[in-house]
Amino acid sequence: MSEQTPLIEIKDVVAGYVPGVNILNGVDLVLAPGELVGIIGPNGAGKSTMLKALFGLIPVTEGVVTYKGDDISDLPAHELVERGIGYVPQNENVFPSLTVEENLEMGLYLRPKKTTERMSYVLDLFPRLSERTRQRAGSLSGGERQMLAMGRALMMEPEVLLLDEPSAGLSPALQDEAFIRTKQINRTGVGVIMVEQNARRCLQICDRGYVLDQGRNAYTNTGAELLRDPKVVELYLGTLAKVE
Amino acid sequence: MLDDATTTEQPLTRLPWEPGVSKPDPILVVDEMRKTFGGLVAVDVDHLEVQRGVITALIGPNGAGKTTFFNLLTGFDSPDRGRVAFDGDMIDKASPHTLAQRGMVRTFQLTKALTKLPVIENMKLGAKNQKGEHFFNALLTAVWGGQEKEIEARADDLLTRFKMDHMRDEYAGTLSGGQRKLLEMARSLMAEPRLVMLDEPMAGVNPALTQSLLAHVKSLRNEGITVMFVEHDMDVVRDISDWVVVMAEGRIIAEGPPESIGQNKAVIDAYLGVHHDAALDLEEEEERLAQVQRIEVEE
Repeated sequence: MSEQTPLIEIKDVVAGYVPGVNILNGVDLVLAPGELVGIIGPNGAGKSTMLKALFGLIPVTEGVVTYKGDDISDLPAHELVERGIGYVPQNENVFPSLTVEENLEMGLYLRPKKTTERMSYVLDLFPRLSERTRQRAGSLSGGERQMLAMGRALMMEPEVLLLDEPSAGLSPALQDEAFIRTKQINRTGVGVIMVEQNARRCLQICDRGYVLDQGRNAYTNTGAELLRDPKVVELYLGTLAKVE
Repeated sequence: MLDDATTTEQPLTRLPWEPGVSKPDPILVVDEMRKTFGGLVAVDVDHLEVQRGVITALIGPNGAGKTTFFNLLTGFDSPDRGRVAFDGDMIDKASPHTLAQRGMVRTFQLTKALTKLPVIENMKLGAKNQKGEHFFNALLTAVWGGQEKEIEARADDLLTRFKMDHMRDEYAGTLSGGQRKLLEMARSLMAEPRLVMLDEPMAGVNPALTQSLLAHVKSLRNEGITVMFVEHDMDVVRDISDWVVVMAEGRIIAEGPPESIGQNKAVIDAYLGVHHDAALDLEEEEERLAQVQRIEVEE
């Protein structure tokens, strides 16, 4: 990795939902500008929690989160959006009773003047949404909703995009689309941190991957290396994966 | 530990490792069972047999349908279609309490102890065919008094065996999560079951209690009780099960002894996700996106 200031750095972070019960027990992560980083790990490893702690949705009890060198550990989510971090939650990530267009506008209410410009950028990226701008988000298919949620996060022109399981609940073909779109967004220069249950497809598009286990970093390496690493399979299947 | 494993694994050693394989002496047989929630197919099992007298683990990634399948088998939910035979009798319409009467009891991932009753009373509730369960009989102590003593003695025996006798008169609400799991397992034995269904018996149990819970599960098998359990912890599965059934997206995708599962391609795909043989280049990406568009249009 280069010597420049990382876009995001998570250092020894401890966090949880209830006081005294920590889900993250000291995790680290670095995202360099323009990088695509994946977080994978078995159920309950703390993947989504890590994104929530980073995005100010749950308090960071120990450790530091920095964004371009500034400490953002205690900043609320809306300030992070203002500074250039976009977040796409796993569930309930669109306003079902609003139209596609209104959903996208919601993503930019902090800077309404740029609406037209950003809207055309997002609709170019997701042509399927442009055919349905007046349709209610609640009537979209699962795949389209995911695109809309990503599109809304992109309205603010973020430098970092946080994706929580973008492929969850989608058919295999649509899962593939979610991964390809993510890669495309990353190519435009947006740094991406994605949490994924489809570990192998995620590692395939990531520059680097972090493997979590029980709230700690188990391994980190390039996506391609982790994809070949038998230890990763072992982490998911436990002792079942061990050859006698 | 090795010798009890070899005696019980014997009936299953020669079986092919395939989903839906028939077993020499099944206690539970499931056929063409399907359950949907709206457009989501939660369970779609063609055929499954559970061997008598062994420990069968049911595993699978999140959302595979394990708990739904368990609910369907134990009468806590009804399938859209499908048949279940328990020891030769059709039970697909039976309610949980009739199943318990017939010898199939279950425990829950989130325990269901009656918190405002003492441990011993919780235990006694598990006994079946209690004479005092009828209005007039309840008024006549003479009718049920004798049986009550028997039940209490049996409950005390079980509490001693589960090393919970010192908590006999405590309210169940004061027990820790792990102790409640033990209580639930002990209470299920009050019904003298032939088949015990355990839903994530180790979830939320502190490591100090895990070994004792595991030992209890194994001892059930050694007494001839069939055990089927859902579990996420693969070490537990490896440690105590004789046979493993793997579910993904509502279907049974693999079956076999624990040591066969980790090498199974379908299982690894289910847990870690399917990927392309090589990363896609730009052209292939466009091609895939166009394909997705076409699929969407056709739908």
